[in-house]
Amino acid sequence: MDIATTIEPQKYAIYARKLVKKFGNFIADDNLNFEVHPGEIFGLLGANGAGKTTAIKMMTGLLKPTSGILKVNGYDIYSESEIIRKSIGYMSQKFSLYEELTIYENIRFFGGIYGLNLKSIKSRAEWAEHTFSLSGFMDKRVSNLPLGWKQKVAFVVASIHNPAIIFLDEPTGGVDPSVRRNFWDNIYQASINGTTIIVTTHYMDEAEYCQRICIMDQGIIKAIGKPNELKNKFLVNTMNELFIKIVRN
Amino acid sequence: MEAIRVNNITKSYENINALSNVSFSINQTEIFGLIGPDGAGKTTLIRILTSLILPDEGNAYILNLDLKKDYKQIRKIIGYMPQRFSLYMDLSVEENLQFYAEIFGVSIKDNYYLIEPIYKQIEPYKERKAGKLSGGMKQKLALSCALIHRPKFLLLDEPTTGVDAISRIEFWEMLKNYQNEGITILVSTPYMDEALQCNRLAFIKEGKILTVASPSEILNNYPFNIYDIKNENTYQTIEYFKKIIPDAIINRFGQSLHCSTQLSFDEIIQATDINNILIEKIEPTIEDCFLWISQQQ
Amino acid sequence: MKQLIAFIKKEFFHIFRDWRTLIVIFAIPAIQLIVFGYAISNDLNNISIGILDKSNDEFSKKIVSKMTFSNFFKIGHILQSEKEIEKLFKSGKVKEVVIIQQNFSKSIIKNGIASIQIIADASEPNTANLAINYTSALINNFVQDISKTTAIVPPYSIEVKMLYNPTLQSSWMFIPGIIALILTLISVMLTSVSIVKEKEYGSMELLLVTPLKSLTIIIGKVVPYFILSIINISFIFLLGHIFFALPVQGSLFTLYMLSTMYIILALSIGIFISVNVANQQVAMLISLVALMLPTILLSGFIFPIENMPKWLQLFSIIMPPRYFIEGLRGIMLKGNGFQELWINFLVIMFMTFIFIILSIKRFKSRLI
Repeated sequence: MDIATTIEPQKYAIYARKLVKKFGNFIADDNLNFEVHPGEIFGLLGANGAGKTTAIKMMTGLLKPTSGILKVNGYDIYSESEIIRKSIGYMSQKFSLYEELTIYENIRFFGGIYGLNLKSIKSRAEWAEHTFSLSGFMDKRVSNLPLGWKQKVAFVVASIHNPAIIFLDEPTGGVDPSVRRNFWDNIYQASINGTTIIVTTHYMDEAEYCQRICIMDQGIIKAIGKPNELKNKFLVNTMNELFIKIVRN
Repeated sequence: MEAIRVNNITKSYENINALSNVSFSINQTEIFGLIGPDGAGKTTLIRILTSLILPDEGNAYILNLDLKKDYKQIRKIIGYMPQRFSLYMDLSVEENLQFYAEIFGVSIKDNYYLIEPIYKQIEPYKERKAGKLSGGMKQKLALSCALIHRPKFLLLDEPTTGVDAISRIEFWEMLKNYQNEGITILVSTPYMDEALQCNRLAFIKEGKILTVASPSEILNNYPFNIYDIKNENTYQTIEYFKKIIPDAIINRFGQSLHCSTQLSFDEIIQATDINNILIEKIEPTIEDCFLWISQQQ
Repeated sequence: MKQLIAFIKKEFFHIFRDWRTLIVIFAIPAIQLIVFGYAISNDLNNISIGILDKSNDEFSKKIVSKMTFSNFFKIGHILQSEKEIEKLFKSGKVKEVVIIQQNFSKSIIKNGIASIQIIADASEPNTANLAINYTSALINNFVQDISKTTAIVPPYSIEVKMLYNPTLQSSWMFIPGIIALILTLISVMLTSVSIVKEKEYGSMELLLVTPLKSLTIIIGKVVPYFILSIINISFIFLLGHIFFALPVQGSLFTLYMLSTMYIILALSIGIFISVNVANQQVAMLISLVALMLPTILLSGFIFPIENMPKWLQLFSIIMPPRYFIEGLRGIMLKGNGFQELWINFLVIMFMTFIFIILSIKRFKSRLI
């Protein structure tokens, strides 16, 4: 094992060594070793049941690992999961927004959950309005918004407390290609500002947008690296081919 | 030969135009793709063609049957797989299949040869309740149930949404078998990369058909040269190329960007004066075409 | 026909796999019977009363002893003066006070008339009413006694006679109501929910694109619940018979005829609800609000229709369970047959017809 990395796990947004999660006899995640750098866009790919969801649940502090080391923003997952939860944001594919509330009310509500005072909620709302070009829409009900907009709002809400890491669970499946590009522009913007983005998806074209990816299958990490490097290494042209080559063997 | 004819179908819900003036036709034993983002009107169109929804205007003919008048006959010859898994969760795999066979008045044995390649994969779990199956297995069961009466026209509404990459590939391989069995297939998907698997496809956006053609026609008709540009900082590179080639179409594709322009390779190399950049002339992808066609409208 | 059998088979799978619901279906009647039969019984037992005997003579003592030895009353307090009455009632120690006038025996012998004052705590009107009735009956009994043993002919007699349910067992009154309630629950709620469930989970969409006829879908949904209801109603009759010795004075045939027809009515209401709503919660809410509550409150199950205000009485005319409960009581307690109950049969049939017509009109073979 690389000694240098074991000494300074604090440097990483995510630091995992020999991470294992078992449910009874079933091994959901087996001996995961990986790290995510601050400000990186990191993709976790795999089919249903590959162990992505379990990995995400451990990183967000919802599940305790069976064994191994896991540090999130330098905090230990076993003893400091409360602090970890305050420093991360989570956006699920179902966008857990309140449909009957307006965009602003959603922002205010989620800001309140994270303990923001009214002043900082207002400044975050202004930031969102400006950064995501939501002006004129803040008082619209979420239920009346098109899918691409809901996605944007869900991202705003996930980043309302300025978290160091944002987890995106299959964020853009099925939306308009041009809307999807706008969304990824927002993600890149957040990453440039230093936010770490961790994306799970089983859509390979989405993986192309990640700076580094990790391909999982049956609880094991099969490959990890930059998309282009992996494509060259496995002598394939597309992510789809890469995935199939790695998983089918 | 024409199997399905759609004439000027319009449908709106509470002032929102779900479909406006949609017309196209599907040939016998063709895999016809309906490609478009969520909310484009794909589901409404498919439901109309299954006779589940009446169009406000226009009509369609399915194997010479009038959609409005002969819907009872149409229901005997179509197979339908809705977007959402709609089988009975508390019934086992086999009971679900048995039920759909019986209400179509056939036995599982009659058309077993047809579903065998898919059903064989889920047969080991035939005692399992459908609600306990994985996404890929649910999809296979739903397809088996849609095929058990050997339909002549198969309508699949986003069958690959939420299904992993390998199951998706297997799924398209199976569709090609059914095509060879003489079944006409209409399949919708929000994923551009699946368009290449269709014989012909319709791009649909905001209730309007943008174009109907074969994938190769769509790709060949792309009117620009297209360049794949890679650089450490994609964001700045986009801004840069927008400045130096103002009329170019520039879209982000993962870590690189696609720049569509009339300029030749040499001209573009000459215009570029930044370092650490990799420019490559490529063939357009179907997504480039969709982005361009939807911008035209 | 084959399609119908396949459909019914599928429905039974749903029913038996959902064993929790099944237990509820059979446990509810048992629990309700016990609750209504024992716990919140309206029967009078050991009602505490106070007595103010101002004469304390032969006849007055007789009355007091009659009250003491009746099962209905127990003497909670012997009063010395009228002043105590209010305090006594306020403390809740007694529900009724009986005041016997001074010189009670003398007055009867001399004038042939004497007065007993009965004061009841009407904050519980039902109890008060019953207590007064019982007291009157006891006094009446006393009057008859003295007219036998003496030459005194009482100037009047109160006649209270409890017909059909001579021991005033409230469980006999309640069981027909419970039967109506259970049938409403199973037939209306479960059918409507099971159809709406298919709409909600999207399986209706698949059923509609098959050659299945709407009628096959409806009949296929109804038959299993019909069978279930018949079994359930027999179960309730049996429970009533075992635990409360519930009689069936009329013929079993009429009883089952009426029940079957009411079940069909309830099923058609269930279908009518399901063709009009889109999700299970709404179906359940409508079944509850529009049917369960009126069954309990407006059909004479607990509160006699005659005691309701006029406008509520009019409203109860359109309440389907009313006719069923009335009919059941008629058959079980009075031994009524078709001659007496033809109106009930006719109304139930007519209502069924209306709901079926409305449902067929509303059932769509398309989604929109």
